[in-house]
Amino acid sequence: MSLASPSTGRRLPTQWLGVAPFFLFAFLFLILPALSIVVGAFRGPEGGFTLANVAGLNTPNIRNAYWVSIRVSFWSALLGCLVGFAMSAAVVFGGLPRFIRSPLLTFSGVASNFAGLPLAFAFIATLGPAGLITVWLRNDFGINLRGATGFNLFSTTGLIVTYLFFQVPLMILIITPALDGLRREWREAAEMLGATSLQYWRMVAFPILLPSLLGTFALLFANSFGAVATAFALAGPQLNIAPILLFSQIRGDVLGSPGLGYALALGMIVITGLANTLYLWLRSRTERWQK
Amino acid sequence: MKRFFAWSAFLLGSLIFILPLIGMTEFSLSMRRGEYSFDAYASVLSDPQFRQTFTYSVVMALVTIVFGILLVVPTAYWVRLRMPHLRPIVEFITLMPLVIPAIVIVFGYIRLYNTSSWLPLTGTSTGTNILLMFGYTALALPYMYRAVDTGLRSIDIATLTEAAQSLGAGWVTIFGRVILPNVFVAVLSGAFLTFAIVIGEFTLAALLNRPAFGPYLQLVGANKAYEPSALAVISFVITWLCMGLIQIVVRLAPKPPAQSH
Repeated sequence: MSLASPSTGRRLPTQWLGVAPFFLFAFLFLILPALSIVVGAFRGPEGGFTLANVAGLNTPNIRNAYWVSIRVSFWSALLGCLVGFAMSAAVVFGGLPRFIRSPLLTFSGVASNFAGLPLAFAFIATLGPAGLITVWLRNDFGINLRGATGFNLFSTTGLIVTYLFFQVPLMILIITPALDGLRREWREAAEMLGATSLQYWRMVAFPILLPSLLGTFALLFANSFGAVATAFALAGPQLNIAPILLFSQIRGDVLGSPGLGYALALGMIVITGLANTLYLWLRSRTERWQK
Repeated sequence: MKRFFAWSAFLLGSLIFILPLIGMTEFSLSMRRGEYSFDAYASVLSDPQFRQTFTYSVVMALVTIVFGILLVVPTAYWVRLRMPHLRPIVEFITLMPLVIPAIVIVFGYIRLYNTSSWLPLTGTSTGTNILLMFGYTALALPYMYRAVDTGLRSIDIATLTEAAQSLGAGWVTIFGRVILPNVFVAVLSGAFLTFAIVIGEFTLAALLNRPAFGPYLQLVGANKAYEPSALAVISFVITWLCMGLIQIVVRLAPKPPAQSH
């Protein structure tokens, strides 16, 4: 570490040496790679500025890939929020024994990090064609899961169900502190003014929680939008969602145009960027209530 | 009534976690027909490729942790001590890996550091390993930075630094013998999280063509029936160990004065 010596004073630029390695790293391995994708998306085969790559995204195949990705992320985020909220509310307000709380949060920390290929394997062993539940329903109840409900693990529905395994715990981890932040005084004040429980939730608690809920939704959306490994292991390279299409493009230029690949990646940055901006903005609004 | 709804919500929600865990465990034990056995595990553990790729990923994780600590701790310390006006920028940078999907970052690497570029890191396997380590450091940056920064917040670094300086310590001594030991717990939780992220990572390793555990998992998943479940159980246990160790480390750590609730 070539940190500045203490005698060099505060006004000399030597103190920048202390943060130089970090900024160099960030520039070379975060900012520059992202920039190079953006630049590549607007550059034609012979160099020079072009919008042809971005316009080239407007084909049925690529539109469909984005749309399926957005749908999967939307539903897994929405269901993740609902189930996570229900579980968190049950633990915080529902009168469940207190000893449940700490293990639930620990487990959520583990489960929200249990993603990727092993998660796909776990769901194949459970809901796949020879999985535990599939076989159990077939042998003991004569129900053919796929025939009776149309459920297929290797489809977008299966992907949504599988993503819940990390979406729900992420929701629990983020929303539990927010629910803890609802002061008892607010509820008592509402009750003293004659509010029913429903009115309290609708007119006091829900508006306070709304930024947290929307912000977490945006975070969960972005979280599943960029996920490659789970989808790849479940459905293989032929599943047409944006991250897998990009994966195949990087491996073998399936779109037949490098510029189109950069534009595809740019589209992903824009979507996750919007979702994350929404999350950060809403979180800064939420923090006002949690002091 | 309320309690009934609470219990049903909790139990129904828990099924999402419990069933896949039971499913993968049961499946991983059913390789032998008609009885439970550890055959799938034996098959996995005796596979030389398992040992090679697993070792590769463990080494990769450890190197990433060391590099991440050397990169993040001095920066977070220096920003808190001398350059607080940089905090928003540094924090924004550390959040970037959450905004840009990993697959896009590695796409940028391949474009920037290929064999015909100014820094041809992907030309040699050592270069690619280094590039992969940088990529993993970037992926772990949000978690590492936040852990370390929280640790630094709980100690008075200005006073500690002045005290060390007045005793004649240089920057290396201050960093290695005063600051690092004081944020050791925070650094450890960042390290375990990094380990959990790196060990099964697929996208970067696959696209950079490195023989890591993630691509091996994919290969087994595509070709075997019972082994993937055994690997899933092993991965889950590793994730548990990492998270459990964070809990233990945090619990054993000296606590700041209790705040009123």
